Amino acid sequence: MKICVCLKHVPDTAASIKLAGDTGFEDSEIKFVSNPYDEYGVEEAVSLVEKEGGEVVIVTVGKAGAVTTIRGAMAMGAHRAILVKTDSQFLDSSLTAQALKAAMEQDGLPDMIFTGKGSVDTESFQTQYRLAQSLGMPVVNEVNSLTVDNGKAVVEKEVGGGEKQVMEMSLPCVVGATKGLNEPRYPKFPDIMKAKKKKIQEIDLADLGVDASAGRVVIEKLETVPERSGAKMLQGSVDDQVTELVKILTEDEKVL
Amino acid sequence: MARTGILIETENNGVKDTSLGVLTAAAGQEIYALVLDTDPSAVKDKLAEYGADKIIGIKIGSGSPDLAAHALAAAIKEYDLTALLGTASTEGKDLFARLAALMDQPLVSDCVAVTLDDKIVKKSHFSGKTIANLKVNGSLFLCTIRPNVIEPIAAPANGEILEFTAGVEDPGLVKILEIKKGDGGKIDLTEAPVIVTGGRAIKAAENYKMLEECAAKIGAAVGASRAAVDAGYAPHSMQVGQTGKTVSPKLYIACGVSGAVQHFAGMKTSKVIVAINEDKDAPIFTKCDYGIVGDIFEVIPALTEKL
Repeated sequence: MKICVCLKHVPDTAASIKLAGDTGFEDSEIKFVSNPYDEYGVEEAVSLVEKEGGEVVIVTVGKAGAVTTIRGAMAMGAHRAILVKTDSQFLDSSLTAQALKAAMEQDGLPDMIFTGKGSVDTESFQTQYRLAQSLGMPVVNEVNSLTVDNGKAVVEKEVGGGEKQVMEMSLPCVVGATKGLNEPRYPKFPDIMKAKKKKIQEIDLADLGVDASAGRVVIEKLETVPERSGAKMLQGSVDDQVTELVKILTEDEKVL
Repeated sequence: MARTGILIETENNGVKDTSLGVLTAAAGQEIYALVLDTDPSAVKDKLAEYGADKIIGIKIGSGSPDLAAHALAAAIKEYDLTALLGTASTEGKDLFARLAALMDQPLVSDCVAVTLDDKIVKKSHFSGKTIANLKVNGSLFLCTIRPNVIEPIAAPANGEILEFTAGVEDPGLVKILEIKKGDGGKIDLTEAPVIVTGGRAIKAAENYKMLEECAAKIGAAVGASRAAVDAGYAPHSMQVGQTGKTVSPKLYIACGVSGAVQHFAGMKTSKVIVAINEDKDAPIFTKCDYGIVGDIFEVIPALTEKL
């Protein structure tokens, strides 16, 4: 079985984002990591292939620096990768889906596609749906449990208020992974060394017929959000403190 | 004035408060409220009070997410809507993404502000560290709005009910096998106006009862930090933060939560953040609004009594 995992190279959540110009940010000095949700997809794909045989192909749309993130997924067990190179961190979701589709078609369509439930940089939550639609495949997002048997995938997702839905899709299909699906493995040293020799095929976005400037959602301005500057600490006995807190919340802030 | 559709979310035949905020976001437009699988006459008064000019009931029946997307697409064409807005709940985000893919139109999910006339939205990037101003260029404007960020304002309108039959079929790609009901009566974290969260200092699963008693007095939902979930004190469905849920309540009370960057990533857009922690040097105190240094097992019961 062939499985593609869509992997995004994103700034670490702990990194502070310094803006550059109206619509960009300084990316040369901050740490980039694998999008955390995508790692559940990598782990699931690798363990499925360990059981059933086949190969795991990482497909990334991103800057040249994304190679480090791809090597991390290879150390977890992915066999090879395709990097579709772009110049911007902000590629419209429709264009990203087009690029993923074109790269997969060129390589040969997989039996399953994993993505994360969303990316933690642009938080758009839609690329997997557009990819599925364009390939005519079923998609379920925020999957926290999966069994694959006899050409069918049975998935479970939480829909809010503790309610869960169990759904069935025929392969090929797209699965958006979230926490609960598995525990992503920590690669061991020999796996990290082995990953360095695995093949990464690089393709320019334009060579897949995707025009990066054709996006329909355009960033006009990026603004930093001021951080809170430290709490007003309440004083006195426990009774004094909670009395004051309730007064503040009801009378001053009016949130109760 | 453009014809703007609002996808209304309902619960027990009533309109969810989060949907009223979405109606307010479209104030000044000709508003078509779309109601799925709920009798429109049951919600007519409320929707009219908050600005719905027309109310369209759409029957889906099966719960299939693709069928719902096809039915919405049919309604958009039938009524010539130029925009559809909804709530960025788990279901709302899923349904809008399916609809946007189906109709090949741009979508912005989880917006914190919308200017319909200019087709400009604001939304979080990088876990709330920046806000992006985005221009949406499509013949249809699709967006979901983060729950609780827009305060509902009454704006009485006609609320005329229109009969509509979607006449679409389920493409049959995703089959629902089973729906496992939750505990019932629990307020959904992402939509709750007030959240009380317990961190590692809660020490045991049974101690969440103390937070539930406090939450019950103020109509709050109860959340958990990643540390508490990983320690087995609470299920993942309660986790707030990165790899858990992003929430934006009016009031967030963090009890025994240290305040990791990943936790803030999921709750920093809350209006007011209160922290209670035994450790006066806990990072949470550097980025919240009000703080109490103390043992949560003393402070919470005292607070519950005063509420």
